[in-house]
Amino acid sequence: MATTTPLAGTASGPPPATAGRPAGRPARQPRRSLLPYLLLAPAIVLELAIHVIPMLVGAWMSLLELTQFHIRDWSGAPFVGLDNYRVVLDVNTAAGADLLRSFRVTVVYTVLSVGLSWVLGTTAAVLLQRPFRGRAVLRALFLTPYALPVYTAVITWTFLFQRDTGLVNHVLVDQLNLLDEPPFWLIGDNSFVALLVVSIWRTWPFAFLCVMAGLQNIPDEFYEAAAMDGAGFWRRLRSVTLPMLRPVNLVLLLVLFLWTFNDFNTPYVLFGGSAPAEADLISLHIYRSSFQTWDFGSGSAMSVALLLFLLVVTAGYLLLTNRRRNDA
Amino acid sequence: MSRRHLAILTATVLAAASLIACGAGDESGEGGKTLTYWASNQGASLEADKEILQPELDKFEQQTGIKVNVEVVPWSDLLNRLLAAATTGQGPDVVNIGNTWSASLQATGALVEFDDATLDKVGGKDRFVPAALAAAGAADKPPAAVPLYSLAYALYYNKRAFADAGITAPPTTWEEMAEVGRKLTGDGKWGLAVEGANPSENAHHAFTFGQQYGGDWFDSAGQPTFDTPQNVAAVKRFIDLMAVDKIVNPSNAEYAQNQSVSDFANGKAAMLLWQAAGANLKSQGMAPDGYGVAPVPFPANPPAGGKQVNSMVAGINMAVFKHTGNLDGALEFVRFMTSDAEQVTLNKTYGSLPAVGTVAADPAFAAEEQKVLAQTLATSAAPLPQVPEESTFETLVGTAIKELFADAASGRPVTEDSVREKLTRAQQQMR
Repeated sequence: MATTTPLAGTASGPPPATAGRPAGRPARQPRRSLLPYLLLAPAIVLELAIHVIPMLVGAWMSLLELTQFHIRDWSGAPFVGLDNYRVVLDVNTAAGADLLRSFRVTVVYTVLSVGLSWVLGTTAAVLLQRPFRGRAVLRALFLTPYALPVYTAVITWTFLFQRDTGLVNHVLVDQLNLLDEPPFWLIGDNSFVALLVVSIWRTWPFAFLCVMAGLQNIPDEFYEAAAMDGAGFWRRLRSVTLPMLRPVNLVLLLVLFLWTFNDFNTPYVLFGGSAPAEADLISLHIYRSSFQTWDFGSGSAMSVALLLFLLVVTAGYLLLTNRRRNDA
Repeated sequence: MSRRHLAILTATVLAAASLIACGAGDESGEGGKTLTYWASNQGASLEADKEILQPELDKFEQQTGIKVNVEVVPWSDLLNRLLAAATTGQGPDVVNIGNTWSASLQATGALVEFDDATLDKVGGKDRFVPAALAAAGAADKPPAAVPLYSLAYALYYNKRAFADAGITAPPTTWEEMAEVGRKLTGDGKWGLAVEGANPSENAHHAFTFGQQYGGDWFDSAGQPTFDTPQNVAAVKRFIDLMAVDKIVNPSNAEYAQNQSVSDFANGKAAMLLWQAAGANLKSQGMAPDGYGVAPVPFPANPPAGGKQVNSMVAGINMAVFKHTGNLDGALEFVRFMTSDAEQVTLNKTYGSLPAVGTVAADPAFAAEEQKVLAQTLATSAAPLPQVPEESTFETLVGTAIKELFADAASGRPVTEDSVREKLTRAQQQMR
């Protein structure tokens, strides 16, 4: 706006904090430098209170025998060192074997959900890149799953997946005659498929949104030049679109990976507190250990182990992608 | 510091303070004249429960001047909410708990123990039905709660379906149950409905079947004994109703939200094993004369050690948190809710039985359903093991049975070995 006062330190004017100050008043300098810290203080306090301190408390809990006997005065629970880690990470115990199974399920789930969501989101964004009649409606429609409350959306899926009364089996068996017998979706082997379908349904609109935003930043000149060189759709996609989307995709895939690996809402609403073994994601597994079998020490140990795993994977991913960027 | 900086700092401190205050939870405020009460979901819905309870709470306020703020908590959330309140020392003053959780919650040390002196404040120990009071805490300690509503499992059967099939009496043994069930199964209808994906429900049946087959889930030292041959046989008998006898719709393996009650009310299933289902059935349009109620069946030839147990001692207890700022008011409220008048009013509405002996003869409990439940509680019900690990038992064994039902529904064989393997695995997870 024309009436806005120019910001201090911008290119449009001299920085008044230094150039405008009369000589002989240097004491004002340290006071002004406090401002950024003061402005940051609320964020730091909240970050400490919401993330850092609970994380440290969780790490401490993982070293305690924290059951219902001590939950009220948890700081007085017996210190057991790394015993909880030994139990939950030893695949020869029932707890360790179950955690390993849950970990495997979660890895496969994450890879498939993130991969397919990204493919769907990217495909839809590329197809909707050029203007056409009805594009705005389609965009809004595609984003609907992302806008719906998680609980409402997933509970609706549980109705759809009911064996006898669900719409999924009605379509597959009664309308399309693809199957003779209605299968189960919420128990047994198919529960993983059901979980994956709901996850992708929830996740791909976010990928679509991010990729669509990334596509806006690709200058038309690149496509025009490629067209002049005779590049077709696939060549333009491979040589212009995907390379230009790389910065967006690097962040997008990392975020989707972390969200999906820690996904709790989808399996919890879909299956209740005890998911079938085939769809027992690690977050739900930890919840069950902590809150249903009253073993908060083991639950915390699993959480810390999961955190370390995610930190290592994230660090590796960032290192790898940075190195490639530097090499490029 | 400039005024602007001071304003920023003040705003920061206020924001942090308000956040901390947000976490402080409820207090019994207004000079101890207010209580917070978490009621369990007993009726057709949370809203229905609130409508049932509110007039009684108003009555209590008129009598004592103490206002009770009630929140009806669904069963799926209740244990976690109680645990959070126990951990933080913040939360309601008075709560409902499932009686099977009594010893587990008692072990947290967060509940007021009802020793003789405290029991005297709520009317005295002798008022309460002994079996119900026995299911209110560990055997060697004073109860951690007092019973509020008493319940027992019974066999509900559809009179018309039985008549149409030429069946004149409800089954008394599992063998008869299978035979009768087969006659009632067909044309999209099934002999029996079960809640196969509900761990608590499964664990309750595991206990009763276990008793009938001579099994216990914990030994005298409180150690788990999940995979004994008796318990394996008992669980297999239960699963076989679907896997072998084929009188249970395989779809029941995914039931966890009382769909089995709906199936019975809608005529899709002719029998149901449930506790005080009458009020729920009525809300779904099934009149009381449409169904009969009989004791839960028993093996025709019980193995050595088998006990004539037809039900667990089921029920809802009322507990007081130690952190209450108004202990006298909370105990006064417990006394009110367990008074003769309230016991008749509330149990009549919910179709449950009174937890006090003084009103057992009231005509409100003379219906066929209540008579069978009362008889069961008096003669052939046993309390679930009152050990601190009880809630863990429900989760682990109930989940193992859920998986076995899933196997049976999917056509996978359920053998003694597969049952034993699941129960052993559940036992290994007890720490």
